Amino acid sequence: MATVRIPPVLRPQTGGQPEVDAAGSNVGEVLRALTAEHPGTKEQLFGADGDLNRYVNVYLNDEDVRVLDGLDTAVAEGDTVVILPAMAGG
Amino acid sequence: MAPETQTKQQIEEIEPFEAAQEIEGGDVVLIDTREPHEFQEARLEGGKLVPPGLLGDEIATAAPDKSARTILYCRSGNRSYKAAEQMQALGYENVASMAGGILAWQEQGLPVVATEGMTPEQRDRYSRHTLLPEVGVEGQIKMLNAKVLLVGAGGLGAPTALYLAAAGIGTMGLVDDDVVDASNLQRQVIHNTERIGMLKTESARRTIEALNPDVNVVEHPGRMNASNIIEILSQYDVIVDGADNFPTRYLLNDASVRLRKPVVSASILSFDGQISTFVPFEGPCYRCLYPTPPPAELAPSCSANGVLGAMAGTMGLLQANEVLKLVLGIGEPLIGRLLLFEALGTRFTELKVRRDPECPICGEDAPEVADEDLGKFPDYDLFCAG
Repeated sequence: MATVRIPPVLRPQTGGQPEVDAAGSNVGEVLRALTAEHPGTKEQLFGADGDLNRYVNVYLNDEDVRVLDGLDTAVAEGDTVVILPAMAGG
Repeated sequence: MAPETQTKQQIEEIEPFEAAQEIEGGDVVLIDTREPHEFQEARLEGGKLVPPGLLGDEIATAAPDKSARTILYCRSGNRSYKAAEQMQALGYENVASMAGGILAWQEQGLPVVATEGMTPEQRDRYSRHTLLPEVGVEGQIKMLNAKVLLVGAGGLGAPTALYLAAAGIGTMGLVDDDVVDASNLQRQVIHNTERIGMLKTESARRTIEALNPDVNVVEHPGRMNASNIIEILSQYDVIVDGADNFPTRYLLNDASVRLRKPVVSASILSFDGQISTFVPFEGPCYRCLYPTPPPAELAPSCSANGVLGAMAGTMGLLQANEVLKLVLGIGEPLIGRLLLFEALGTRFTELKVRRDPECPICGEDAPEVADEDLGKFPDYDLFCAG
């Protein structure tokens, strides 16, 4: 089981929860478990082609999955997956 | 014999050139028995300050070894003599006072460490900085000579500007096209109620001038865009990104990488803040981190969703901290590190940011920009509209 940290802009889709537990052996599976439980998050995370949207950064613990194995990055028990969109506010 | 003279004969007095020889030989504890402002103005290298009134409390720390050779000096030799007597009474076995003090020392052509480049008022104003070994007079002078540009004089720019001005950043540029509004005052603390309706750059300048007359404020009211960004950025050493929109952030990134200017970049919303420091080619750039901006519904503005005022202040001050570290060349700036602050839980998270080898701005194959094309940029409004 991994913990997924939900950014504020997505929390309305997770009933306000800032963290959601999700099971999966890799990042892709964990995120799909998340979208299965909270369907409102799917559109913002995944494009029509099933790939992660380019404007959403996903980290496994502290490393961007783009420098790891993308959605195939293996997830261990207790890992944290961070979803991070850019913020413009200043 | 008068008691005074009798007492004076008991303390060894040495000439400055003798003291200099001993100091050079090593194994000498050198004590400066003047007041802090005199110490900051000019002193002997290696001298430890123990003001006369604090001798009893501080001498044991400054001179722990009572048998070590200890030389005391002051301005003209009187206070150091009396201090030497006090030390002798405390059991110090090998003390000497330098006759004629630092005045005689300088007359004999011996070198002193002087706080050149700062007026007495500045030495006083920045004393809490110069006391820090990592800063010192040298560091304060770097800050006074630094030129920092703040893009945005709002939620982030306001607190950042206040603390950079307080620190003595000698030249501060302010870019903002907005006027002060009452709803700004919940967090944009550089402005105030009397400034409502005033250009933010002017309001900020007035506050900064009242806080610290050492700061030269350059106002750049109006929007920064492709036509003026190169000219503006070129005048500064460090840039603070406190913009409130993506097109400006991407444009700023392009221009700062082309001009090789470091950018301290933060963003805020609700209870969340992000901050990183982009040093072109040394670490990632903004585009390495966010190759594509999100659609509007994933990036609401503070005016739509709100922002906790204190949280904006927190991120602004973290930006100020980064700027000072870059100017001083100390500590570890957030290069290659994205710091997230979550105010509700008061939690910090650090994520790694890597240079993207395929980054269109700073990657290996990124196109070289000829000088005449420096001011040509993609249409970021279009880019960000998706």
